[in-house]
This record gives sequence, C-alpha cells and structure tokens, in this order.
Amino acid sequence: MTFNRKTLASSIALAAATLVAGNAQAQMSDDAVRIGYLADMSGTYRDLAGPGGLEALKMAVEDVGGEVNGVPIEVFSADDRNSADVGANTVRGWVDQENVDLVAGMVASSVSIAVSKVLEEAGGLAIISGSAASSITNEHCTPNHLHWVYDTYPLANGTAKAVVDQGGETWFMLTADYAFGHALEADVTAVVEANGGEIVGGVRHPFPTSDFSSYILQAQGSGADIVGLANAGSDTVNAIKTASQFGLTQTGQQLAGLLIFLNDVHAMGLEATQGLLLTTGWYWDMDEASREWAERYFERVGRMPTMVQAGVYSSTMHYLNAVEAAGTDEAQAVRAQMAATPVEDFFARNGRIREDGRMVHDMYLAEVKSPDESTGEWDLYEIKSTIPAEEAYRPLAESQCKLVQN
Amino acid sequence: MTMIFGVPLAVFMGQLMLGLINGAFYALLSLGLAVIFGLLKIINFAHGAQYMLGAFAAMLALEYLGINYWAALLLVPLVVGALGVVIERLVLRRIAHLDHLYGLLLTYGLALIFEGTLINIFGVSGSSYPTPEALQGGLNLGFMFLPTYRAWVLVAALVVCGGTWFIIERTRLGAYLRAGTENPALMQAFGVNVPQLITLTYGFGVALAAFAGVLAAPLYPVSPTMGSSLLIVVFAVVVIGGMGSILGAIITGLAMGLIEGLTKVYYPEAANTVIFLVMILVLLLRPSGLFGKEA
Repeated sequence: MTFNRKTLASSIALAAATLVAGNAQAQMSDDAVRIGYLADMSGTYRDLAGPGGLEALKMAVEDVGGEVNGVPIEVFSADDRNSADVGANTVRGWVDQENVDLVAGMVASSVSIAVSKVLEEAGGLAIISGSAASSITNEHCTPNHLHWVYDTYPLANGTAKAVVDQGGETWFMLTADYAFGHALEADVTAVVEANGGEIVGGVRHPFPTSDFSSYILQAQGSGADIVGLANAGSDTVNAIKTASQFGLTQTGQQLAGLLIFLNDVHAMGLEATQGLLLTTGWYWDMDEASREWAERYFERVGRMPTMVQAGVYSSTMHYLNAVEAAGTDEAQAVRAQMAATPVEDFFARNGRIREDGRMVHDMYLAEVKSPDESTGEWDLYEIKSTIPAEEAYRPLAESQCKLVQN
Repeated sequence: MTMIFGVPLAVFMGQLMLGLINGAFYALLSLGLAVIFGLLKIINFAHGAQYMLGAFAAMLALEYLGINYWAALLLVPLVVGALGVVIERLVLRRIAHLDHLYGLLLTYGLALIFEGTLINIFGVSGSSYPTPEALQGGLNLGFMFLPTYRAWVLVAALVVCGGTWFIIERTRLGAYLRAGTENPALMQAFGVNVPQLITLTYGFGVALAAFAGVLAAPLYPVSPTMGSSLLIVVFAVVVIGGMGSILGAIITGLAMGLIEGLTKVYYPEAANTVIFLVMILVLLLRPSGLFGKEA
C-alpha cells in the first residue's frame, strides 16, 4: 500500500471514529483475516495432514468467497518439521510480524502443546486437527486453542472396548517407547481391564523401528487373543506388515491398531490389513455429504482425504462462520461464538466445543475391508458402529483442565 | 521346556533365525559400502538412498512396465548401478583428489536430493510391493513359522556376499582392483585403465545397494525415507568390521544382526542402540575395526 497523505488522513479519521465509538462494537483487527497453517510438510506425518491439509484449508477459504466481513482472508503455511522449537518460533514470528489470527493444522503433539503456550502468552487462537495426545485439552488446555478431530481417549475407548466386547480378552501390547506410546498403552490397559480383559504381556520397542519380526514372534509366543499396537505412523505400518508375513492372524490372533490413518491402510494394502479394527473421527465414504466433499478434494489433490485433512476444512469453516457471526476476529470473541454454535457438517455429527477446548463429536469404529469386498483403490473401511459424541471423549468430570470447574 | 536365560528354547531359536536374516541385510549393504570405501576411499553417504532407489525402481517397474520380481532382481541393480556410473563420472571423479570429507558431503547431498524429490512426488507413506507368488506362505521349522520370503532373503544375500568376496579376493579382476587402489600409477604403467576400473567399482557397489533394495521391497513399505534410517546402522557395521574390509563387513553384518536379535528378546528398549554400543567398544579397544588392516 502506498502510504500517502490522503490515506494517512483517513486512517487518523478512522482511528478517531473508532475511539469515539468506543467498544460499543467489536471490529476486525486489521485489513485481513490471516490464517497460518503449521504442519509436518516433509516428514513422517506429511501424508496424514501436510500439503493436503493446506489444500483443504484453501478450499474452505474459497468456499466463503475468499473474504469475511468485507476483509480478505490470507493463508500462509510453514513446515514445523515435527519440532516443538521450530513450531513455537514460527508461530511467535507469525504473531509478532504477520498479525496471524488463526493457527491451523498441527500434528506432533509436542508441537501443538508448545504452540498453544505461545498463543496463551501472546493472545491468539489455534485449532489443532492432527495431534493425538488427550492431554492437549486436559492438563495442557488453554483459552487459546481448540482440539478438533480425535485424541487418544476415544482411540482406546473405541477400539479396545469393541475388541474386548467381541471376545478379545487377553492382550499383548506392542508399545512405542516414548510419551505418546506410554500414554496410549495406559489408556488401553485401563479400558481393557475395566471391561474384564487382561494384559498378558508386552514389548516396548524403540521409536522408530523398521523391523518388527522379533516382536511379532514374541507376540505369537504369548498366546494372547489380541495384539494391541500402541504406536503410530510407520511403526504401525511396519508392525502390521510383519504380522501379516508371519501369519499372525492365520493362527487365531487378531491385531488391534489404535492409531491408524487412511493413508496408512492405503500404503499397506488390504491384503495385509484386512479385518483390522480401528477408531476414526471421519471416513470419506461415510455418507452423501462426506463423499461429495471428498470427491472435490480428490479432484484437487489426487488422494482421498484423511480425517485430519477433512477436519482442517471443517474447523476452518466453523471458524470463518464464527468470525462472520461475531463481526470480529478477536480470539476470545470468536472462540465464544464457535462454542455457542453446534458443529454439524459433512465432517462432524453432534459436534460441540466444550469449555476445555475439546470438540466432541461422534466417532466411528471401522473395520478394514478384505480385497474381495473392496471396489476401488480408496474403498478401504466399513463403518461398524458409531460411538456417540458424549461417550467417546474423556468426561469433563475427570478433567484436570484449568478452564473446567470441578 | 528347555529354557535359555528365562526364554523358551523355541523362542530363542526363532530370534536367532530372525537375527541372521536381518544380519544378511546388514551384510549386503555394508559390503557395498566396504567395496566402495576400500577401493575408492569414498564414504558413500548416498548408499541408503541408492538402496531406496532400488526398491522404488522395482515397484515402479512392476506398476508401469509389468516387470516382475525376478526380472527386477536382475534389471534394477543394472539400472541403478548405471546411475552410479554416471554419478561417478560426472561428480565424484572431480573431487577424487580432495579429502574424504568432501566425498561424504557430496554423496550426502545427493542422498538428500534423491529423497526430497521422491517425497515430493510420492509422499512419505510409501506403498507396498507384493511378495512374489513362488515365495508366499511359510515354512514350519518346528520352533517357528518362517515366511518363505525371509528364508529366500537369507539365501540370496549370502550367495551374493560370498560371490562378491570371491571376485574381489580370489580372481584376476579382483586382483587388478586391489592393485589399482594400492598403486594406481604403477597399474596404469602396466596398461590397466584404472579410472575405468574405479567407475565400474562404484557402479558395482551401488548395484549391490539396489539389489538389497529389491530384496527389501516385499518386506518393508517402499518409501523415500526407508534408506536413511538403515544407513547409520550399516555405517556402524562397517566401522566395527574395519573400514574397507570385505570379509569384515560380511561377518560383522551377520554378527550384528544376531546381537540385535537377542537384544530384542532380553532388553527390547536397547535394540536400536546396541550396535552403537558395540561400535564404541570396538573403537576404544581396536580403533581400526575387528578386521581392519592396520591394527
């Protein structure tokens, strides 16, 4: 913008008018709504969010016409390289220099927790779509972030409970040896034992591991009904592939994957993954609305969206609608508006935002199809049952979040 | 039931078997590195990427050209090896007179370029390569269920390792190679084309990596990052065996597979680090490696 005398004069006039008007009416903070997309764009988690999530975000912006309340929406992005430091510094820069209004995306839980701390100090809003740790809206909750798609609580609660109900009573745990794996293992153990099952053994494997044959052999030797995978990404993929090669499922044992994304199943193929039970927040072929959106996404990206990528669109749309309804992009006003509006779209059913920042919505127990049942490259899941929103997530009564009055 | 240190004999034997199979992979990869280092004095950091290229080439060949596993096992090492020849001719040769460190940096840069390009095109999740039909199913060894394909990997890797050792240590061609690196000027005076020998050796080392890549394709997800994690372990194996020692690389590769396999039973948390512990010990006690020449 060329800053001539005329614009200077008009800005002073505008400022004066605002002063006179006082706080009677909230305003847009500046001449644009700025959304920064932060995610792993090149590493292990690239395919579950990454560039596809950015494309989903841009779709949401285009669908509202590229502007809200008469100001344009600007989108920029950065690679956090799964490093909490890189993520926090990037967002600090965005707040200081770019006047970012919303930070979206975010996968590695450590990055999300670090970013939410920055925003709590600096003021701002983040919607986390990719992370797993349920602590993000428990002990790490802030007024400055929301958690959208899923977390470890429904993963354990959905899959483990369903598996025990189906008769899988003895479990052998294959756990990634770091914070996320330990947390998931603890959640699963609690659910299994609460439902009358038993953990008969387990291995904590280094993160990451490419050869699981030794651990699979130990799982076979344990005689457990179920081999639970408390790991993620390439570790889960490698474990499942190896289990298939060693005929684990042919000898009567069953695998329970606790955190599995559509891209993982696609990468492994149905031969190796058929029959696998998993909990998901969304599936592209769930119903007409999700199919319609997924096909639009597919045309742009060439792959079907994961639940995280769909969640980025859903959350951005909900945010932009709230900005419009509230008439401001001030973080707390928008958050209040978002929380006051139920979330009901192609992604979320019975969704609402709780005071701890958790967007609770229906979750689904899915089974991976066999190669015979599948009719196409992306025809991968069959939805077996719905876990109602209010049962899926950790109840507020158990919350340690400082925003929740217990 | 017979127990060994609190583990049933059957499980113990199974783990030894798996360790041996992983060891065969380590042997095959470290052999390529050892050949390249021994004869060219290049620390080939692109080895992991070349292994990955082998797996990718096999997958793409199957998908787009319908070339099956057995043909790929022959063709892919030739194609990737030819790429190695081009790399040697175009870039490595220009820095041959400089310190080893330059070769390391250059090949590391090349590895990043290969990896980054493929990540951009294919993403990081990778794809799966079907196990060839003749090698599906498994063998019941009594103490374990051994997938046929893994048994094949063990046999194929050992045969290729043994063959390479034989060529380099026991044939006239191998003698030229070794002499060419000891004293290139003298060999050239005898009328041997030393630069050509060096180019072909690099190509051969790269072809070994690609061969290992094709072997690995049905076992692991074929992804652009599959080589980088393996590379560091393989370097540790080469250092333990003694940089440049052919036999050292093979024996150490197998031994490290076994040690790692046993660690996975007794203390799985340390499975990723045990090889580096051995490396530290060896460097302290025998800095030139177990089979190194100038001990």
